Amino acid sequence: MSKRVGMEASFAIAEAAKLAETEVVAAYPITPQTHIVERLSEIVADGELDAEFICVESEHSAMSACIGSSAVGARTFTATAGQGLELMHEVLYVAASSRLPIVMAVANRALSGPLNVWGDHSDVMATRDCGWIQYFTENAQEAFDLTLCAFKIAEAPEVLFPLMVHLDGFHVSHVVEPLYLLEKEEIAGFIPPLRYPFPLDPRKPVTMGAFAPPVLYTESKKALEVALRSTKETILRVWKEFGDAFGRYYNPVESYRAEDADTLLLAIGSFTETATVAIDTLRDRGEKVGLIRLRLWRPFPFDEVRAALRSAQQVIIFDRAISLGGPGGPLCSEIKSALYQEPKKPKIVSFIGGLGGRDITPQQFEQMFARCRELIDKKIDVEYETIGVRE
Amino acid sequence: MAKHDYEMTWKDLQIGCIVTEPGSASQYKTGDWKSQHPVWNKERCIKCGMCYLFCPEPCIGQDAEGYFEANLFYCKGCGICAKECPTTAIHMVEEEG
Repeated sequence: MSKRVGMEASFAIAEAAKLAETEVVAAYPITPQTHIVERLSEIVADGELDAEFICVESEHSAMSACIGSSAVGARTFTATAGQGLELMHEVLYVAASSRLPIVMAVANRALSGPLNVWGDHSDVMATRDCGWIQYFTENAQEAFDLTLCAFKIAEAPEVLFPLMVHLDGFHVSHVVEPLYLLEKEEIAGFIPPLRYPFPLDPRKPVTMGAFAPPVLYTESKKALEVALRSTKETILRVWKEFGDAFGRYYNPVESYRAEDADTLLLAIGSFTETATVAIDTLRDRGEKVGLIRLRLWRPFPFDEVRAALRSAQQVIIFDRAISLGGPGGPLCSEIKSALYQEPKKPKIVSFIGGLGGRDITPQQFEQMFARCRELIDKKIDVEYETIGVRE
Repeated sequence: MAKHDYEMTWKDLQIGCIVTEPGSASQYKTGDWKSQHPVWNKERCIKCGMCYLFCPEPCIGQDAEGYFEANLFYCKGCGICAKECPTTAIHMVEEEG
């Protein structure tokens, strides 16, 4: 049976990669992800997992090695964060377009400069369009569960896409939390063996990474886009199967006390847990507020987002990243674009905060609700406001 | 190759744009890149094989008599063979049309 343990989220992810019987890990240590691969290197060195642990000289090499191992049909795992994700940036696109089911945990971190190793979503947003399946987790249990699910989703014959499991750097990655670990016997059979349809094999040669001239590139992108969108069906099925087997269900869009809410807060990552405290306080005061957390980031769950926001009069969107010189919060601009064609749209108020590891307290979420009312009542039109910035 | 590149729809592409047919690059006609092609003067040719060695494609081979010739399906018309030929037995001729 599952046992309840106290464990750092990073270690829980390493345990999930072990339970999934990962065959190759190629990774480079970078804060705040280091504990994931550090723990995995111990697991491999101690003989608990029969895997190749490839020590590489950079994240660019880490992702390149992952592409190689995945291309021969080996179950492949890596992890990175912030600058590391940026250093592997160009290789991420190759993994996606080659349809290699690499699983990667990303301990979300701010991007330099100025140099900052703490958490926010700048790294996620910079890799938004690279063609990976991406979803968010908000605590150690989710990070563990959804890393296990990641292998089953990514490697499904109808999917075959690389997948990023996001967790907030430090706020989740470094926190020791109670969680239920699954035993090897319990998950036996949950993740079928990887059967990559065209593995690199001298007995049956194939060419991977061939160039596509102008006459084919457009077709290749269309094929990738259609395939990525269609993965949602399998993501939903795997999450349902996981829930049925282990009792913890996950959905592309999840809500908290949102049923009759006139004002909704929408956010991603671990700060949604903090926000529930503010929702409870405001509900106790009789205010009709609720929370929407976006779990699935790519493919973007348009229908679920529209359905979740349909009956709200105003929606507060909280971003932990900024599109410099652009439309403010990247999450907010995506939600706005998802709602643009809707006949009835809520008013949207955008806040940016929690950058570079700064905390956002429940009181600050309460302030966002108050400020939202004020902006709407006084008909003040602002692109976004920055929470907690010293003026 | 069942279909030419320009006939393939996005649905025809293999997963990950993987090429499943080994050696299919040999079906790619690089010969239509060229604006000129090499012509050998057998009276000057000493069969030294410098053109064969220098051809970057490499598309130059020997005929039954030992003279060299280019496979124009692959020849890109770069002119390196003509430049390197020690007896100036090769000259480049402009493509017509």
